[in-house]
Amino acid sequence: MKWSEFFTSSVGKKFVMGFTGLFLISFLVIHVGLNACIWANDNGVMFNKAAHFMGSMVVIRIMEVGLLAGIFLHAIQGLVLTAQNYKRRSVGYAVPMGNTGSPWYSRWMGLLGTLILLFLILHWYNFWIPSRFTGVEEVFIDNKPYDNLYGLMLLTFSNWWVVIVYVLGCISLAYHLMQGFHAAFKSLGFHNRKYLVVIRNVGNVFSIVVSGAFAMMPISMKLGWVS
Amino acid sequence: MEHYNMNLTLKVWRQQNTRTAGRFETYKVSEVSSEMSFLEMIDVLNERLTSEGKEPIAFDHDCREGICGSCAMYINGRPHGPWHANTTCQLHMRAYKDGDTIVVEPWRANAFPVIKDLMVDRSAFDRIVQAGGYISVNTGNAVDANAVAVEKEKADESFANAMCIACGACVAACKNSSAMLFMSAKVAHLSLLPQGAPERNTRVVNMVAQMDKEGFGSCTFQGACESVCPKEIKITSIARLHGEYLSAGLTSNK
Amino acid sequence: MLNSKIPPGALENKWNDYKGHVKLVNPSNKRNIEIIIVGTGLAGASAASSLGELGYKVKAFCFQDSPRRAHSIAAQGGINAAKNYQNDGDSVFRLFYDTVKGGDYRAREANVHRLAEVSVSIIDQCVAQGVPFAREYGGLLSNRSFGGTQVQRTFYAAGQTGQQLLIGAYQSLERQVALGNVEMYARHEMLDIVKIDGKARGIIARNLVTGKLERHFGHAVLLCSGGYGNVFYLSTNALGSNVTASWKAHKQGALFGNPCFTQIHPTCIPVSGDHQSKLTLMSESLRNDGRIWVPLKPNDTRKAADIPEDERDYYLERRYPAFGNLVPRDVASRAAKERCDAGYGVGNSKQAVYLDFASSIQRYGQAEVSKRGLSNIDHAGVMALGEEVVKEKYGNLFDMYQKITGENPYETAMRIYPAVHYTMGGLWVDYELMTTVPGLYALGEANFSDHGANRLGASALMQGLADGYFVIPYTVGNYLADQLAVKSIPVDHPAFLQAEKEVSDRINRLMSIQGKQTAESFHKRLGKIMWNKCGMARSEEGLKEAIEEIRALKKEFWSDLRIPGIVEEMNPELDKANRVADFIELGELMCIDALDRNESCGGHFREESQTEEGEAKRDDQDFAYVSAWEFKGEHNWELHKEPLEFEVAKPSQRSYK
Repeated sequence: MKWSEFFTSSVGKKFVMGFTGLFLISFLVIHVGLNACIWANDNGVMFNKAAHFMGSMVVIRIMEVGLLAGIFLHAIQGLVLTAQNYKRRSVGYAVPMGNTGSPWYSRWMGLLGTLILLFLILHWYNFWIPSRFTGVEEVFIDNKPYDNLYGLMLLTFSNWWVVIVYVLGCISLAYHLMQGFHAAFKSLGFHNRKYLVVIRNVGNVFSIVVSGAFAMMPISMKLGWVS
Repeated sequence: MEHYNMNLTLKVWRQQNTRTAGRFETYKVSEVSSEMSFLEMIDVLNERLTSEGKEPIAFDHDCREGICGSCAMYINGRPHGPWHANTTCQLHMRAYKDGDTIVVEPWRANAFPVIKDLMVDRSAFDRIVQAGGYISVNTGNAVDANAVAVEKEKADESFANAMCIACGACVAACKNSSAMLFMSAKVAHLSLLPQGAPERNTRVVNMVAQMDKEGFGSCTFQGACESVCPKEIKITSIARLHGEYLSAGLTSNK
Repeated sequence: MLNSKIPPGALENKWNDYKGHVKLVNPSNKRNIEIIIVGTGLAGASAASSLGELGYKVKAFCFQDSPRRAHSIAAQGGINAAKNYQNDGDSVFRLFYDTVKGGDYRAREANVHRLAEVSVSIIDQCVAQGVPFAREYGGLLSNRSFGGTQVQRTFYAAGQTGQQLLIGAYQSLERQVALGNVEMYARHEMLDIVKIDGKARGIIARNLVTGKLERHFGHAVLLCSGGYGNVFYLSTNALGSNVTASWKAHKQGALFGNPCFTQIHPTCIPVSGDHQSKLTLMSESLRNDGRIWVPLKPNDTRKAADIPEDERDYYLERRYPAFGNLVPRDVASRAAKERCDAGYGVGNSKQAVYLDFASSIQRYGQAEVSKRGLSNIDHAGVMALGEEVVKEKYGNLFDMYQKITGENPYETAMRIYPAVHYTMGGLWVDYELMTTVPGLYALGEANFSDHGANRLGASALMQGLADGYFVIPYTVGNYLADQLAVKSIPVDHPAFLQAEKEVSDRINRLMSIQGKQTAESFHKRLGKIMWNKCGMARSEEGLKEAIEEIRALKKEFWSDLRIPGIVEEMNPELDKANRVADFIELGELMCIDALDRNESCGGHFREESQTEEGEAKRDDQDFAYVSAWEFKGEHNWELHKEPLEFEVAKPSQRSYK
């Protein structure tokens, strides 16, 4: 079987979705862990150091490229698949099945993904572009200069509408993950029913905890829960 | 069970043939017995239409005991109607009450074009089986039936998948019109048995290619198929198919 | 006129000798030979795949939308084979003997022995195809016992054995389609045989989607179109099952064998009203654990549970103490009818008896209690444990009963009544399965050959697959070897055009009646006549009445039928009318045959021929023959007799007391 056949088949495409999905999930673990440093309540010292550490590692810089590729692959493939699948039924039902056979968010993965993508664009504009390209104000810790990402966060999240958009983005992420987490494993061929129960539960907890943690960051900053 | 009669309003999809557009027609049916099957209720309506010189509603049906897989009606937003693990022919009118309105549609999927009214063309399923849904053994080739022992758990699981009746409810229920539940049941049935092992890789690859060609969508693991399957085939079979496909695709030398 | 072509020699050597001397067709010639197969059930699908594998060019036809939906799929119980895996004394001879005896000595010994011989290969073949038969924990195949036998030789896949076997054959068939050896024509109905120089050379088929007639050539034509139980309107057959293919062959010169031999299955869900379209079987296996009874008092309207033990009549156990609830199907059916006719029936219609699992549930419950070492357990607890056991054994059947009746069979006794299930009669065939029309074969339930006057449980699947996988590949070659010089005949040959015109004329005649009554209503009326007068009990008077009534019905049909729609399009009402027209003619022949056979044997019970105790009385002196009827013209048939000789299984009166 040629690579081209594999990756253009419906199962191959789902393999790409599942694989990139799990890769992005693994990034979320790092991202949420790093960001959780803001709750160290040390005026962002730990957070800024950690961010600097990540930003200055060659390996991480290379992985960042992979990450971007993963996001675009996941997003584009997802949108193409959604559109293709939608076209498989030209005449719809007068009475749709609704939620009687599947939870609503599982049927709206394309929409949730699009919302997340839109949110990401804002997120990049807010943080990633300044830190990589346009530059961030510096702060001195132990007489060494660091990018004051912590300060940027405080500034960004002083705006209520930004906080709201971020929270909405995190809610989209939570639902997207609740379906995506277990579906990714199934797309990769995990079929043992005993383990799938575990994966499903872990997925649900992961979705809520990680998305919740992300959502709490802008809220914490706006409400002054961190110092 | 207490028996009762009811009057119903039916909205049924009528379509002359594949080329013409269809529409809903409304029919009143009265004195429907709660002991009738759903198809018998349609029979009564059809008898009335026929004696009025109108064309009766065309629909596929044959065994009427839930095993041949012919019957295929999408009833009030659910393939095969409201009962769990059921076929249209085994749905009985005690599921409804006097005054109910019932909307009946054909399976909707581009891969299942409407032939007439509620009848659709499911020959795509046969072509998927032709692509590899078998074990290549000519008549007379077989060794003694007990020459190869098969682990009971695997044999049972194989049977649970082989129970698929190819009715197409999974496709009808799926948002993506995917035939993966049908196809994965066949792949699981055969690959769980030692007899099916030699063709394991080619089978899954060729069947998937045919499914894609027929215009079915891909699986996004929402579970609507599983929730309507009359034979309770599990969505984990689809995950198993994905695994089979990956190992076939990633280990091939070409 | 009738030559059954039974090979000479000892019974157990006949088939081997035949195979050793039969003419063969070499592979390069096979490529030029076309074979038409009508029907894709077990017989048709297995024949199509086997002949395709051999290299013949096969065209297979079915009226369903896919070959996998043929009615073999609905068989529940299992398939017999003389494997003797249980070491309980089974052998080819025993299977042969049980089948001949079970058929009440009205089957051909040589055919039945061949069936028993090839039964072992069928199981091997099916397992190799991936049929997931039930297995023991050691991984080897499991067996269970079935009615009329004393060994465990039935292989099964839960209550869906027919489905699994058919899917196996269907997959083999589709593989041959993929390889280009078989061309599949689904949604096609055969409407006539084309004969050229007295030989079957093709068929006329209606494409049920477009309504167009098609002409197809074949060097030989195989009819695998199943039985005709639907002549009774209500039966356990699928709604589409019909006699049309066999009937057209009959009218083209194929003799019809034993048309009146019908199997009435004792355990079916009773009719609930006039709207009923079909009857549903509850597997024979239920009689292993269920007890059949009616109230001792006639017209007892109490609920089953309210009738105390001493006011119940377990009539099978009373009449047949040796076999009890496990008497053969024909005996159990007649006994139920006798009680209901005498006024002891239950339910609203009074046409039902109870099949009660309460005592089994309790028995299994108590066994569980001691097995698990439980104490201090009340009655409800025992029953709950027993229900679990019963659920595991028969769960899917109980669920089906509940869906249809709305009653919970774990709590209230099931109501059952006999229903038409299988037809032992069919086209007369010789040892090679060829009808009296050269080149025209009949396989499976469509032929008359193997079950005599009563079929044993789990034997129909065996016969269908035996004919298709292991008999026809040999016997058809014996005929085709002489047909090598025959080039494919173009379908614009005058015989094809003529046959097509006749079919088309008949369709136009049906369409032009423009009367008031539907085909369905005629079918219902035919069914009532057949059931009342040619059903479980038949009498000279009733049969004569039935013949007159059917003739009148036929006249009415052809003058007051109404078919809406047009010919050249999908028209299910037209298809139905075509089938009902043939059922009406067949019904007449069945009554004529039943009238001729003034003896009781197997499923055929003539009220004039019974013992003092009301049991069936066979008459070997006068009726040890196969009735083969030749069509001579409207209402006119000639009887040919094929005498039955029993060299090995000597006839004896069956007794189950």
